[in-house]
Amino acid sequence: MSSNNSKEGPACVPDSKPGKGFSRRIFLEGVGIGAGAVGTIGTAVPARADAHEPVGPGPVPITLNINGESHSLEVEPRVTLIDALRNSLDMTGAKKVCDRATCGACTVIVDGSPVYSCTMLAIEAQGRRIETIEGISTEDSMHPVQAQFVDKDAQQCGFCTPGLVMAGKAIADSSARPSMDDVEAGLCGNICRCGTYVGVRKAVYEAARA
Amino acid sequence: MATKFDWPAADDRSLIGKRHKRVDGPEKARGAAKYSYDRNLDGMLHARLVTSDVPHGRIIGIDTSNAEKVPGYMGQVNILNVGDEVQWVGAEIMAVCADTEEHARDVAAATAVHFERLPHWVKDEDVEKAGEANRVTPAKDDTKGPDLEEAWNSADATVDGYYGLGVIAHCCLEPHGQVVDWTGDEITVYASTQAVARIPADLARGLSRDESIGTVNADQVHVITPYMGGGFGSKFNIDTWGIACAQLSKKTGKPIKLMLDRDEEQMVAGGRPSDYGKIKVGAKKDGTLVAYEAETWSTGGVAGRGSPPVPYVYNNEERLAQKARHLNVSTNIGPARAWRAPNHPQAAVLTMCPMEDLAAKLEMDPVEFFKKNADLTARPEVYRYEIDKCAEMIGWKEKWHQRGDSGPGPVKRGLGLSMHTWGGRPHDSTCEVRIEPDGGVSVNMASQDLGVGTYTTLSVVAAETLGLQIPDIKVNIGSSRLPISGASGGSTTVGGTSASTRRATVNALEELKGVVAEALETEAEDLVAKDGKLFSKSDSSKSLTWKEACRKLGNRTITGQGKQPDREGGKLNDSGVGGVQMADVSVDVETGIVTINKLAAVQDVGLVLCLEQCESQVYGAVIQGIAWALYEESVYDQATGKMLNPDMEFYKLPGAADIGELEVHMVQNKYDDRGVIGIGEPPAISPGAAISNAVANAIGVRVPTLPLTPDRVLAALADA
Repeated sequence: MSSNNSKEGPACVPDSKPGKGFSRRIFLEGVGIGAGAVGTIGTAVPARADAHEPVGPGPVPITLNINGESHSLEVEPRVTLIDALRNSLDMTGAKKVCDRATCGACTVIVDGSPVYSCTMLAIEAQGRRIETIEGISTEDSMHPVQAQFVDKDAQQCGFCTPGLVMAGKAIADSSARPSMDDVEAGLCGNICRCGTYVGVRKAVYEAARA
Repeated sequence: MATKFDWPAADDRSLIGKRHKRVDGPEKARGAAKYSYDRNLDGMLHARLVTSDVPHGRIIGIDTSNAEKVPGYMGQVNILNVGDEVQWVGAEIMAVCADTEEHARDVAAATAVHFERLPHWVKDEDVEKAGEANRVTPAKDDTKGPDLEEAWNSADATVDGYYGLGVIAHCCLEPHGQVVDWTGDEITVYASTQAVARIPADLARGLSRDESIGTVNADQVHVITPYMGGGFGSKFNIDTWGIACAQLSKKTGKPIKLMLDRDEEQMVAGGRPSDYGKIKVGAKKDGTLVAYEAETWSTGGVAGRGSPPVPYVYNNEERLAQKARHLNVSTNIGPARAWRAPNHPQAAVLTMCPMEDLAAKLEMDPVEFFKKNADLTARPEVYRYEIDKCAEMIGWKEKWHQRGDSGPGPVKRGLGLSMHTWGGRPHDSTCEVRIEPDGGVSVNMASQDLGVGTYTTLSVVAAETLGLQIPDIKVNIGSSRLPISGASGGSTTVGGTSASTRRATVNALEELKGVVAEALETEAEDLVAKDGKLFSKSDSSKSLTWKEACRKLGNRTITGQGKQPDREGGKLNDSGVGGVQMADVSVDVETGIVTINKLAAVQDVGLVLCLEQCESQVYGAVIQGIAWALYEESVYDQATGKMLNPDMEFYKLPGAADIGELEVHMVQNKYDDRGVIGIGEPPAISPGAAISNAVANAIGVRVPTLPLTPDRVLAALADA
């Protein structure tokens, strides 16, 4: 991998000050990708390794609190939250793209913090408050971040959009007056391939400061 | 000659050329848009591919005995068989299915394929070594224009340089794949595709090769793709996985979902060919370009690819002596697919970079140098105008300095430019517009919206024609059962679909006017559709709202047909545009990190239909360009023959903080009478060359190959 290791990635530099850093990507690098750890904004929440009886490998019954509703389902313990949402509950707003905690298309909000749902097991998400893109708007009105995405033409193919909207909502929820730098740092765990960042930055900035 | 189909004159346009909200925006922002990957059908099974883990070999055994014992196993089909050769890692060998996604992975993992290894080659940049491995074949040798030797003799300055860029992956966020539901004779395919109308015949042909299935007719296949998550030129065909998915559905009697994994997507579902070249350019003292000579080589996988069109843009065959020799390097990597403006981004690097080096050698301002030689291009006036406009946007006059003259301190700032061209001849398209007695209007065709704004542009065309608003129009695309329209590739969609829609809508309106004229006791020619009404030009008291007018249809639905091309249908579109882009970068010569301060893009596109979506296409193209200029490259290891970064951690793409300030200017009201021209490809061409030129201007030396990663920047500085 020599030629890879010598490459610098995009300059995604989070603010490391407590309570201000938004970057999940950097946190995940810290704990090791694929360790089943939970990426969060701000404070790191370690995976729960405490006092549970071993379960699986067959399906186990679990209950998830999603968008204020309780959902009971049976999944194998290895099933990630993104796969449980998409395959078991038909909640397909969050997308599976990199499946390795890099691109942010699977972003959902867990206990108030944005999380890569491809890197959290469904069983770990029990007892937590899970918000998905399906839960932040009503039939009649969109969440301000969603409305701004439409207003600023912040989407093309739209496959990254739900993840970016949820990352944007987390920024808006965590700060009343984020600077553009805060917005960029908060979005830097999400990748768009069509190149919608110009609209996305404006949309999240406007929505967060509205 | 004027026809009734012509676009309305500038003063009569209420929607065309204005800013509009994307019609499908709310659906996407809510996460409610259903992509192929999102389809969960009753009883659906999950499929996975079994792929080659060797770069070149012959299959000598396939053992599925363990796979068949995996819980949830439901079936398998072979794509390749014992005795077949594989030519790259990731090559599709089998598809297997199971009741859950996890079990399908288990089945794939338990399938053992044995190979006899054959020699492989995956490296393209060192053409001499590739030659020693017998991997190089001449592809093109072309001499044009005035006598080359005389031209070199007349040159006062020459540059002899090396330039290039590596293979990149399409990296569509929605991977390639589909859900297939084969019930009875009907095969429903939810395909992530750029070619809704093309897939039925493609799939039927593929399935008919399976003797156990027998003949399949294209009309049995119904493709449904209301949304798709990115293609960029890589999603035109059903591919092996689509055929295998349908075979599994037939075999099991269940719907099957088969979407590629990320590593498969990166390895086999799309690569843009590399290009490297030894380039020599020469000019007279006053900056007049006289000669261009190139030896280029590249790889697009085993089968190779076309040669880059060099010299690019500056290619007048009467005045510029030119020679281009191209070599193909055959490599055992996933086969190339079309990538936004095939061969042009490479050609821009291989032309605009040596040209800017030559300007630097002559100590000429590149803006003056590129303008001076604009007569060597096909559209001198367009380019001169665009260079001036772009220079103004980037602040060229105030910020430009001679190459390397960047002052003290480790962070050096520089400017660079590039130019591009693209055809974009509209594809064939048929459209049916319906006007219902209740006033409903629908635009129907088997086109697709890749995220470019097709829903929005067609709504605008129909609404403008009928004097209605965008929400009054329902656009039905993304189904192969609708009137046939072309594949979305090569910037051909907006020109083709807008013309067929305009013609269909004019025809439908004419028929409605006939009915209404009778009711209003006037002539059809006397009626105007505007502001949601149909009224008489001669007697303003004769007026009906749109709904009242449509009610006169009784039980009848009007259908208007429109085609592209249509010789009698007016001049609604064209092909051939120019564009100019300029980059302002900072380079830290201690770390080698390049930062984009600003990138400005000026683009000629004929008649703009939807300004905001048009600009979004340019922003997106420029951001993709920043990606391959600075970050992304598919890296292959010769020892194992494997791609080292088939993922999104080490296959680097920029985020929202990495793109600097972008400014886009669409040239409007200048070339409107040319009609509509596609915008997808042109702005995707120049960013790499413009950024490379800006880096050279900043640090005083050329970093020869893209992406301009810190190690390459530091190496170029060390070599200087």
